[in-house]
Amino acid sequence: MQLWLIPILPLAGFVINGLLGRRLSRGLVSAIAIGSVLLSFAWVLKTIFGLGDLNSRYVEHYYTWIASGSVNIAADFAVDKLAVVMLLVVTGIGSLIHVYSIGYMAHEGGYYRFFAFLNLFMFFMLVLVLASNYLVLFIGWEGVGLCSYLLIGFYFHRQSATNAGNKAFIVNRIGDFGFSLAMFYIFKNFGSLDFTKVFQQAPGASEAVLTTIGLLLMVGACGKSAQLPLYVWLPDAMEGPTPVSALIHAATMVTAGVYMVARSWPIYVHAPSAMNVVATVGIATAFFAATIGLVQNDIKKVFAYSTVSQLGYMFVGVGCGAFSAGIWHLMTHAFFKALLFLGAGSVIHALSGEQDLRNMGGLRNKIPWTFLTMMCAAVAIAGVPPFSGFYSKDAILLAAHEHAPWMYWVGVATAGMTAFYVFRAMFLAFFGEYRGKEHAHESPPVMLAPLAVLALLSLVGGFLFNIPQFLSGVFPAREAAEDNSLMLISVGAGVIGILLAWFIYVAKPAMADSLASTFGWIYKTLYNKYYVDEIYDAAIVKPLVGGSRTVLWKDVDAGLIDGSVNGVGTRAKDIGGVLRLLQSGNIRSYATWVLFGSVVAIVALALAGIGSTGGLR
Amino acid sequence: MLAAVPISWFLTLSAVLFALGVAGFVFRRNIITVFMSIELMLNAVNLSFVTFSYHRQQVNGHLYAFFVMVVAAAEAAVGLAIILTIFKNRGTLNIDDVDSMKN
Amino acid sequence: MDVILFLAFAIIAVVCAINVVVQTHPISSAVSLVGVMGSLAVLYLLLGAEFLAAAQVIVYAGAIMVLFVFVIMLLNAGAESKKGRSFTAQLLGLPLWVAFLGLMAYFIQRLYPQSTRVHFGGFKGGGAAEIGHALFTTFLLPFEVTSILILVAILGAIVLARKEMD
Repeated sequence: MQLWLIPILPLAGFVINGLLGRRLSRGLVSAIAIGSVLLSFAWVLKTIFGLGDLNSRYVEHYYTWIASGSVNIAADFAVDKLAVVMLLVVTGIGSLIHVYSIGYMAHEGGYYRFFAFLNLFMFFMLVLVLASNYLVLFIGWEGVGLCSYLLIGFYFHRQSATNAGNKAFIVNRIGDFGFSLAMFYIFKNFGSLDFTKVFQQAPGASEAVLTTIGLLLMVGACGKSAQLPLYVWLPDAMEGPTPVSALIHAATMVTAGVYMVARSWPIYVHAPSAMNVVATVGIATAFFAATIGLVQNDIKKVFAYSTVSQLGYMFVGVGCGAFSAGIWHLMTHAFFKALLFLGAGSVIHALSGEQDLRNMGGLRNKIPWTFLTMMCAAVAIAGVPPFSGFYSKDAILLAAHEHAPWMYWVGVATAGMTAFYVFRAMFLAFFGEYRGKEHAHESPPVMLAPLAVLALLSLVGGFLFNIPQFLSGVFPAREAAEDNSLMLISVGAGVIGILLAWFIYVAKPAMADSLASTFGWIYKTLYNKYYVDEIYDAAIVKPLVGGSRTVLWKDVDAGLIDGSVNGVGTRAKDIGGVLRLLQSGNIRSYATWVLFGSVVAIVALALAGIGSTGGLR
Repeated sequence: MLAAVPISWFLTLSAVLFALGVAGFVFRRNIITVFMSIELMLNAVNLSFVTFSYHRQQVNGHLYAFFVMVVAAAEAAVGLAIILTIFKNRGTLNIDDVDSMKN
Repeated sequence: MDVILFLAFAIIAVVCAINVVVQTHPISSAVSLVGVMGSLAVLYLLLGAEFLAAAQVIVYAGAIMVLFVFVIMLLNAGAESKKGRSFTAQLLGLPLWVAFLGLMAYFIQRLYPQSTRVHFGGFKGGGAAEIGHALFTTFLLPFEVTSILILVAILGAIVLARKEMD
């Protein structure tokens, strides 16, 4: 099946564009970049059709990467139904975003660099999805983190962009530390990192071991998928170009954590306390991020907090045992969140760089296509039936209710807030009077076509792709409790959110400001993101940097290490200075020293027993 | 035969001559005397070579002593030439004054 | 008989050696050294090294010592001056020398208490024929190398001792 072609094609695109892109024309660069991703997508389709029903896992073994003692890691790729879903999402949406980027980045510098990094990202993400052991998955994990850093800091002449890139990478690293510890622990207990071997032995291991592994893996997932407390990098990651935000920070990279937890389901189903933690972290993050998203003024920041919140929903899904529901939401979220970001990018492009919602308004007549497609995404994310978001979110909320009813009610409240802030953004941007100064122009077709495709997927993707049915053989079976009253409540919450947003921002525009001043300090806290960044800075960053600077740099590095190295030199000089006195130039003293040496030699030989028996026959 | 000499006597004689040569080398200040002490040491070693050759009833020791003699001759020639040069350049035969290699 | 011979010439050798070291004027040391070499030649005869005894007299006493005497007379070296300047030699020299001699004597006694005994005629392989045979078979390479060595020594001596070209 040549699975390796799927990631290698984008890698080839990266190499060609990276090495030669500077000299190639923009058209050629685009063709190479998009061609490689489209070919990869085509190959994914061919693989799916070639593999038949995919009920069993198809593994391709390439070579043994590490064989050292008891450590035996192979470079394998594997495909099963779960991987198929991820592959289609990654390559499909990846292709659409590549096409969109031609239009969006048309006026930007560093064109070839952008596409090279984008292709590199695709490579690593595909390695992550196709991996059949934890270490290869970790390679993809780290690689997408690297590409995220490179792409967030794409406008590297902006200090804020480079800072955001650093922040993303460093916070991710903390999560990766947890992942590494999990891998060590897995290897210690199961003797292998291969999925098949580990999951075979998982039911037999003790619950304490499995819980520890599950929690450590969750730490890694918190870093990569921006959950509490490691979510702080995602809003800042909006410094990158909008296609990057759409692809990496909405559809693919941030879902890697969810994918990894879903893949590790044999570990989690036997460690209920770990699953509970996963679900709790998910629901807390969902609620928390939604509250912050209510009052943000930057359109991309609204959607960034929305992503954090929706990722929380996915973790609630997998944490409550509804793995396929979580993956379903992953897919639908990829559709409508990518669309929201790309649409925001279209708006920003139309307004020549304006991102503040307060300077927008009344755009629905000026950029109608963008408006229509974004509306599709908005109703999807709000959970309005029969669009895609409704199906997946409903499945998760039902599972949450079964697991712990309080999670269901918090989830409903969050759904209401989700609908509210998304439609707030829509109303502020597209309705009312235009408050800005630019001349808005519609985006070119190359940008609108992907928007249209994604809009279609957002609307019909729910009932067209019944993921739980598709994945029924992969995850353990569970009762899908169809409770209509719960469903109605969650839909109702969404509708209330939309109506409230309409009321405040369209019917009575002045009400927003009066509400803000009434609830002054609440508004201020939410607007400043609960001051989390400032708390982290004071509590963690400053002591760490200060400690490194004074203790580790001045005392240890300069003082101790340099001191001992220099000290060796000084000691050698001193000893040399003493030995120099031996060279008096006086031949007689030299002769005396020779005599001394020979006496010592004789004594040494005697002690060594040379002179004990007869030396000669 | 009771008139025979034990070889330890020969070896002791060799050691004594060698030690005397060392004493001359360490304690005398005239270059030429030092040189002659070196020759004395070489002779002592020759004696011990020949003694061991007798002990093992082989002729090899004689050959070693022979080569020592050859080398001593060559060394004497060159060494005395050097002493002549030193005397020409420094005007002294005191070994303590030839210390330009100090430090 | 052999014992008396040995003792006589051994004592002569030691006395002359002490004289070499003790005398202040170099010419006296040189003459004493000749005496040492002569007595050593007799001892070689006792050990059956006929060729070597002859070589000792001819080469050592006859050529090298003559060379020494020539150089002493050429340099007009007088008696040695009294000033000395080696602290190390004076301080460490005597104890070390005593230790050296003591150790050597001790080990010789321990290793060879009363083993072989030397008597005149006990070793018949020291004649010219045997020496020549060994020289041109087993020791051919050192023989050739020493020829070169002598050549180099001659050249060196000539270069060092000639007059400056003006």
